[in-house]
Amino acid sequence: MATEILMPALSPTMEEGTLAKWLVKEGDTVAAGDILAEIETDKATMEFEAVEEGTIGKILVDEGSEGVKVNTPIAVLLEEGETAADAPSAGAATEAPRADAGNEEAPKRAAEAPAPPTPAQPAAAKPEPDWPEGTPLKSMTVREALREAMAEEMRRDDTVFLMGEEVGEYQGAYKISQGLLDEFGARRVVDTPISEIGFTGLGVGAAWGGLRPIVEFMTFNFSMQGIDHIINSAAKTLYMSGGQLPCPIVFRGANGAAARVAAQHSQCFAAWYSHIPGLKVAMPYSASDAKGLLKSAIRDNNPVVFLENEILYGRSFDVPDIDDFTVPFGKARIWREGSDVTIVSFGIGMTYALEAAEKLAEMGIEAEVIDLRTIRPMDTATVIASVQKTNRLVTVEEGFPQNSVGSHLASVVMREAFDWLDAPIITLAGKDVPMPYAANLEKLALVTTDEVVAAARQITYR
Amino acid sequence: MATRKTSAKAADSSTGKANVSAEDMKTWYRQMLLIRRFEEKAGQLYGMGLIGGFCHLYIGQEAVVVGMEAAAKEGDKHITSYRDHGHMLVAGMDPKGVMAELTGREGGYSKGKGGSMHMFSREKHFYGGHGIVGAQVPLGAGLAFADRYKGNDNVTFTYFGDGAANQGQVYEAYNMANLWNLPVVFVIENNQYAMGTSTKRSSKSPNLWERGAAYGIKGEMVDGMDVLAVKAAAEKAVAACRAGDGPYILEAMTYRYRGHSMSDPAKYRTREEVQKMREERDAIERVRELLLTGKHASEDDLKAIDKDIKAVVNEAADFARESPEPDVAELWTDVYA
Repeated sequence: MATEILMPALSPTMEEGTLAKWLVKEGDTVAAGDILAEIETDKATMEFEAVEEGTIGKILVDEGSEGVKVNTPIAVLLEEGETAADAPSAGAATEAPRADAGNEEAPKRAAEAPAPPTPAQPAAAKPEPDWPEGTPLKSMTVREALREAMAEEMRRDDTVFLMGEEVGEYQGAYKISQGLLDEFGARRVVDTPISEIGFTGLGVGAAWGGLRPIVEFMTFNFSMQGIDHIINSAAKTLYMSGGQLPCPIVFRGANGAAARVAAQHSQCFAAWYSHIPGLKVAMPYSASDAKGLLKSAIRDNNPVVFLENEILYGRSFDVPDIDDFTVPFGKARIWREGSDVTIVSFGIGMTYALEAAEKLAEMGIEAEVIDLRTIRPMDTATVIASVQKTNRLVTVEEGFPQNSVGSHLASVVMREAFDWLDAPIITLAGKDVPMPYAANLEKLALVTTDEVVAAARQITYR
Repeated sequence: MATRKTSAKAADSSTGKANVSAEDMKTWYRQMLLIRRFEEKAGQLYGMGLIGGFCHLYIGQEAVVVGMEAAAKEGDKHITSYRDHGHMLVAGMDPKGVMAELTGREGGYSKGKGGSMHMFSREKHFYGGHGIVGAQVPLGAGLAFADRYKGNDNVTFTYFGDGAANQGQVYEAYNMANLWNLPVVFVIENNQYAMGTSTKRSSKSPNLWERGAAYGIKGEMVDGMDVLAVKAAAEKAVAACRAGDGPYILEAMTYRYRGHSMSDPAKYRTREEVQKMREERDAIERVRELLLTGKHASEDDLKAIDKDIKAVVNEAADFARESPEPDVAELWTDVYA
């Protein structure tokens, strides 16, 4: 059967083009791959090849024609034994341009995107701990809590393994993995070369291959070398595969400013990673949250970015002394109840938030202090419920101010609780400068307890 | 068995190494032809506006993936770049599902959400389809890491091009792969052009496989237009990996007839260069001639194969046009597991 050769789309955006030159004439025999014509697009002149063999029966669009719409028949190709008479007439072709037929073929696009599914509204958190009353507690450092979480999960599940720089024989750059090599051996505690993009990608591949890798970055500053694999490979593939390929992996390590390590080693990645659909992001403050959230992260079937803090590693907190203690993602913790102002923070920012609350109490201002614990998913319900009570909000974090976690939270609260707000929301963050080295400047660059106190007083007008 | 003997002879005269049967050669002929016809059809559908975005055709390179995968067994894993349609077809994925993904429809392997460059099949151990040049190399090493960790004898086939060979992450992956003896065959499909930049203009040392020597990885170059030669080299590489003596690098010298993507004006090479490769080196023609001159198949036999393939491809194209666009609710699914 004679087939029409249609004006091709030669780029993702081409709608029409110029038929610059015919390189064949009526009656010519062509083979697949032969160049039929030169076509000018908005970007370049391109050669247009035959995809099937046959004889050019008719040329329907003369060379030099401009504005030829994609899918317009430009020639007729005859099969063996056919003559030009078998070709559909040019007139008919013009009357019924295939361009439209082509469009009709594609199902109509939905005019508007549907609304996202509303998850069952999580109940706002209550100011109670994550364990039953009367549970025996033990004091341990954040460092010990993280180690215990990994060891427990590695005992429970053979597919869990730890990889990273100095995690094994060196016993961990920050001693988080101390002792794990002795207990689990080199098969499961894998020292890597200094190859962040390589081992980040390798970890993602291992997760697809059925393992549950914990990838330690010595600090999250170095994760930028491997960020392509965290975002493009780990976070997006479940979606791109239509749900076939989950990526159960934890990227963990020290995040944010330590002390006197200057600009390249002092940066908070909470806002960066929480921007990405497909990732989960946790940033614990206390030892119990560090343990409970890390165990949940390792069991999660999604990629989790787990942001720790070097300064918090050595701090001690009460941790429930029970088997298999976990903390769910997406549930904030209310550390302190109050009626005058809500202070929301996470990670080391909680230090300033809690200190400020003590000082404010001395001034007669009762602050409610909320620890988000996970940045994605974010428990905005608990924050909104609190703002509906206090009518005021201060957010506290060490990251940079533009597009911070606090600025996102402020937009959510403004939208969801506008009528309850009695004052502008204040989003406190690190200063908008690279981290300086000098001790006095470094202190100024970070958010301080005094700034939290001042912000709370400013919006409570006291 | 008699057929097997005579055909082995025919193959010997071609490459001097591969021990193959006429049936094998017919299978490869069929697979290569399926890729070519499928890609030609994809090009057509692209021209009609039914396929959007970027679309990278594999035409010309068919012998590489067909020869490599002839050495694979069930359980082996496969990962490649965005020029991935051929790899999926040889991995045994349904042409209908692949084509419907190209048209962005519900019946596609990723329900229309991945497109030409991002397609996967867990069932067929095909791990993509990756749009970031070179990313698949450490990812492939990681798949092999998982198999070594579990202690099975699976091998991961990790394909990348001469362009990706200049990404730093390739060499990080090489080092770790050999440090940990990972069962991975790195297949460099050297089609001589990274988009529009020839290897001469991008790589100081012309033999890309030799770079593995810096990491102590064995490797060799193979004629990627000769499916028998590729298969022979693949068997050697895969055997080394299965025996715990991996990784291995194969550099297959090949050529793509079409542009880098559909919107490639191809001004970086001459028409004559392309034509010469098509006429003198075509991998499908080579096998076709072997089959005919060795009297393992008649013209009619091959015509029947052509007809079958055409039907399969047309069926795939029909399915890809008729399958509906994904339900709008799909916008919000598969973000989290």
